[in-house]
Amino acid sequence: MPAIIEVHDLVKRYGDYPAVNQVSLEVAEGSVFGLLGPNGAGKSTIIKMLTTLLPPTSGRAVIAGFDVTRQPMEVRRRIGYVPQALSADGTLTGYENLIVFAKLYDLPRTIREPVVREALALMGLEDAANKLVRTYSGGMIRRLEVAQAMLHRPQVLFLDEPTVGLDPVARNAVWEYLKTLRTERQVTVFLTTHYMEEADHLCEHICIMHLGNIVAQGTPAELKAAVGGPETTLDAVFTHFTGNSLESGGSYRETARARRTARRLG
Amino acid sequence: MKLHAPAAQRGDLDEPVSVGREPSPQWPRPMQAIARFVEKTSTIIWLEARKLRHDPTELFTRAVQPALWLLIFGEVFTKVRAIPTGNVRYLDYMAPGILAQSVLFIAIFSGIAIIWERDLGIIHKFLASPTPRTALVLGKALASGVRGLAQAVIIYLLALLLGVKMNWNPLALLGVLVIVVLGAACFSTFSLIIACLVKSRERFMGIGQVLTMPLFFASNAIYPVSIMPDWLQVVARANPLSYQVDALRSLMLAGGSSIDGLGTDFVVMFSVTVALILIGARLYPRVVR
Repeated sequence: MPAIIEVHDLVKRYGDYPAVNQVSLEVAEGSVFGLLGPNGAGKSTIIKMLTTLLPPTSGRAVIAGFDVTRQPMEVRRRIGYVPQALSADGTLTGYENLIVFAKLYDLPRTIREPVVREALALMGLEDAANKLVRTYSGGMIRRLEVAQAMLHRPQVLFLDEPTVGLDPVARNAVWEYLKTLRTERQVTVFLTTHYMEEADHLCEHICIMHLGNIVAQGTPAELKAAVGGPETTLDAVFTHFTGNSLESGGSYRETARARRTARRLG
Repeated sequence: MKLHAPAAQRGDLDEPVSVGREPSPQWPRPMQAIARFVEKTSTIIWLEARKLRHDPTELFTRAVQPALWLLIFGEVFTKVRAIPTGNVRYLDYMAPGILAQSVLFIAIFSGIAIIWERDLGIIHKFLASPTPRTALVLGKALASGVRGLAQAVIIYLLALLLGVKMNWNPLALLGVLVIVVLGAACFSTFSLIIACLVKSRERFMGIGQVLTMPLFFASNAIYPVSIMPDWLQVVARANPLSYQVDALRSLMLAGGSSIDGLGTDFVVMFSVTVALILIGARLYPRVVR
């Protein structure tokens, strides 16, 4: 499989502090790739650089053949992005949230309506289409956001902590929808998470990050084998490589945001 | 929870639609770029207008403050004749000033919504889409103009009730419309720029409070510039609000006249707004970094 994301020596420094330190990685087309790490490991910073929101200090990232710093508009046309915070607009209806992005992604006028209707159906939101999003449950909002990010059939879908704050039922539902999307649409999925279960369940390839560096990568099976054997859990792998519990690190702002997201999800 | 099968009649939707789709294939490239820019800008305006429609309470609560200014301050100062306004009744003199003020007060705090949307991740998604930054900022600015126009309607109603002699010439009304939209766009983009620089709600509110009163009082909104001390006259002349009020005074009132000249007023408002929008478009992506 050819690589659809290529990252070479990517660095992001805030002052002297390296949030991301010479990271290189490749993501195969059509795969589900997971970036794991404790809060503050640099996962969100990498996603922001790959989605053209944050200029790298140095290094290079190429997505679907386009450089994120030199051809950002071309990259934006080819990616979908679901940010960590709940980003659907609660003061609009689900339908309105979708139609806005259909316009912003240049979907031709004639197909906007059917594409939006189809997206609502695929995500099981038809009945709620004309309700304000602030009346949605957390799981529904997440599905709406995935639908928003998929309207223009992107080649790569970026998900930053897609299930943070969701209860187990809603989390499972989101996983199922993601799997369906993948088989239906052959999209490459790039996600960050700090839930080991999520990575184990969804991802074919995993990178573990710690303090801005990649400390291990491989398939879940390879990583488990490297640490102990087939009986090892990813949790153990994680602790092995980061030498740390999950709750280490994380700035005040990041933690505050995670809490806020969790609160909105109710 | 059951998974829905994709709709049966997908047909040609199976083709990826994102890449290389043009709004109209026969148009030359620069025209397409302009068509897209206009469409995306109007999408942002549409979205803000929908929000207002879902919850219009804001429009009514916003009407209270200008009503109090006109009813209390206006009535009292009309009686005492403390402010020299020539042969224009004071209430008539201040009505355009209060319109400009209420537009300013709404616009100057619109940046708080930028910070709020940043915290929610909404802005991240807009910035990750293939939308020119200028379209995002211009759309927000013009959407603020929509709110400003709602204020204008309310103040026209109040002015009618209070017997202010209004100018109903359609061209003059059109002029008021343009100046109100420009004023709202100007000060809301100013607010957006501040939001992009300070990035936190607390700091933004502090700065917003500090700016509002000087912008209002160091202008010709409720008294003529000529009665101010010299140093304040300088400030008032540099204040875009003065030009907005000057234009409104000549357009809104029957027999109204402009001191600076309508041409000057429009040119000043337009240039300041364009400059702010260009600066805002450069700063806007920073708000998510």
